[in-house]
Amino acid sequence: MRPDGRAPDSDPPVGATGGGPDDVRTTTSAAATEALGAEVARRLRAGDVVLLRGDLGAGKTTLVRGAAAALGATGRITSPTFALAHRYDGAAVRIAHLDLYRLAGLGEDDEDLIDEELAGDVVAFVEWPGPAEALIADRVALEVELAHAGDDRREARLTWRAAR
Amino acid sequence: MILAVETSCDDTCAAVVDDDGRIHANVISSQGIHDAYGGVVPELAARAHAERCDLVVADALRTAGITLDDVTRVAVTRGPGLVGALLVGLQTAKAIAVARGLPLVPVDHLDGHLLACTLRPVAFEPPFVALVASGGHTFLSRVDDPDRIEELGGTLDDAAGEAIDKGARLLGLPYPGGPALEALAAEGDPEAFAFPTGAKVRGLDCSFSGLKTSLLYRIRDLGEAEATARRADLAASYQRAVVETLAVRVERALEQTGLDRLAVGGGVAANGPLRERLGALPAAVAIPDRSLCTDNAAMIAAVARFRPALAPEDVAGLEAYATGQRPPAAASAR
Repeated sequence: MRPDGRAPDSDPPVGATGGGPDDVRTTTSAAATEALGAEVARRLRAGDVVLLRGDLGAGKTTLVRGAAAALGATGRITSPTFALAHRYDGAAVRIAHLDLYRLAGLGEDDEDLIDEELAGDVVAFVEWPGPAEALIADRVALEVELAHAGDDRREARLTWRAAR
Repeated sequence: MILAVETSCDDTCAAVVDDDGRIHANVISSQGIHDAYGGVVPELAARAHAERCDLVVADALRTAGITLDDVTRVAVTRGPGLVGALLVGLQTAKAIAVARGLPLVPVDHLDGHLLACTLRPVAFEPPFVALVASGGHTFLSRVDDPDRIEELGGTLDDAAGEAIDKGARLLGLPYPGGPALEALAAEGDPEAFAFPTGAKVRGLDCSFSGLKTSLLYRIRDLGEAEATARRADLAASYQRAVVETLAVRVERALEQTGLDRLAVGGGVAANGPLRERLGALPAAVAIPDRSLCTDNAAMIAAVARFRPALAPEDVAGLEAYATGQRPPAAASAR
């Protein structure tokens, strides 16, 4: 039994700036994780991709919910695990919410689909990005690594890839 | 005769249904999902759908013993789903409609799940409360009429089927997790561990993310050896929490609406303990055959009986909508 529920993304982050995260935060509730999402959303621009890593239940979708709401999305922000990709209309940009949990790798046509989901003036959030990392590396603005820290506490390690 | 096409997620589906709701064919071609890596979709749907869509349509017509000459309407899923996948079905349906001069009826996938129970032989008529619980969706609606549907509540995070699959994964079970978790749970004690069901959270929305986390913590606390030894108890208790989370909302919805009729749809409707729990409610409960609960095109045809066809000049411009972009008109009372 794997305590994290799946094989880890074994490849190191592509194009990482090296060194540790820029910012390590602890949130104590889902609402606080949403607020952190709203905070990072303010620094995002159209075309940016945010990678989200972390165990099942670590708060990836919760953080996206806060970020998407801050960008003006009004509907429900739910887990895209089964659909693979959700789209939300923000105030100024469309939001792409991907989740590659179900995928082991990408075929050629899958690359097209990822490109299609990320096309246009979108801010994209990608949960379980493993299989698509190489494909989207040059667009990654932020990596968020979330970890369980007991009960409702979560540790979020933020690594910005470019100066904002 | 209605010919329906559905390609919103992994499965390529076509069906033939008559105007009285009798199913003449309901063909479902699943992607080659295998469990080698714990739930792999080898291709992100679009190409697989494109390769199979014409074959699946031909198979549906052959199974129904009809030809395109007998088809009077074409129905197709417009959304919500994966846009690249939806487009394959839309293209196929548009091509048939245009080539044969047939009316084209765009259908909302979730309305399909809600109205699948109106098909014969179940033929469950509104008004009713409907629970749809699948891998991708979990919500409750009030259906007063096929044209008057109101969403009452839904999941705030994960769908019930996703919670089951991910719980199964945490317990080291093969994909798809639903049947494996149910089988293991049958050997365990559902009272062994207390998992949250959000029973104290008021209203008709629900959440499964916290449940997932509690299972993760419980496994860590027990340690690998003990967690493995008590896997059946963990599975039974976890499954019970999922079932209770849904059942409590259903009870509230029935009470709130004053309705005593319940329809259940979505793949999670196949879960034995859920069927048993809901079946014991003081309501007339309709759960269609599994082939009508998982994604299928017969349910799309079911809805098309009650929806207008597009004007011919609008057919070419018909677009798909993604999950998250469902138009308000599709989500609430019309």
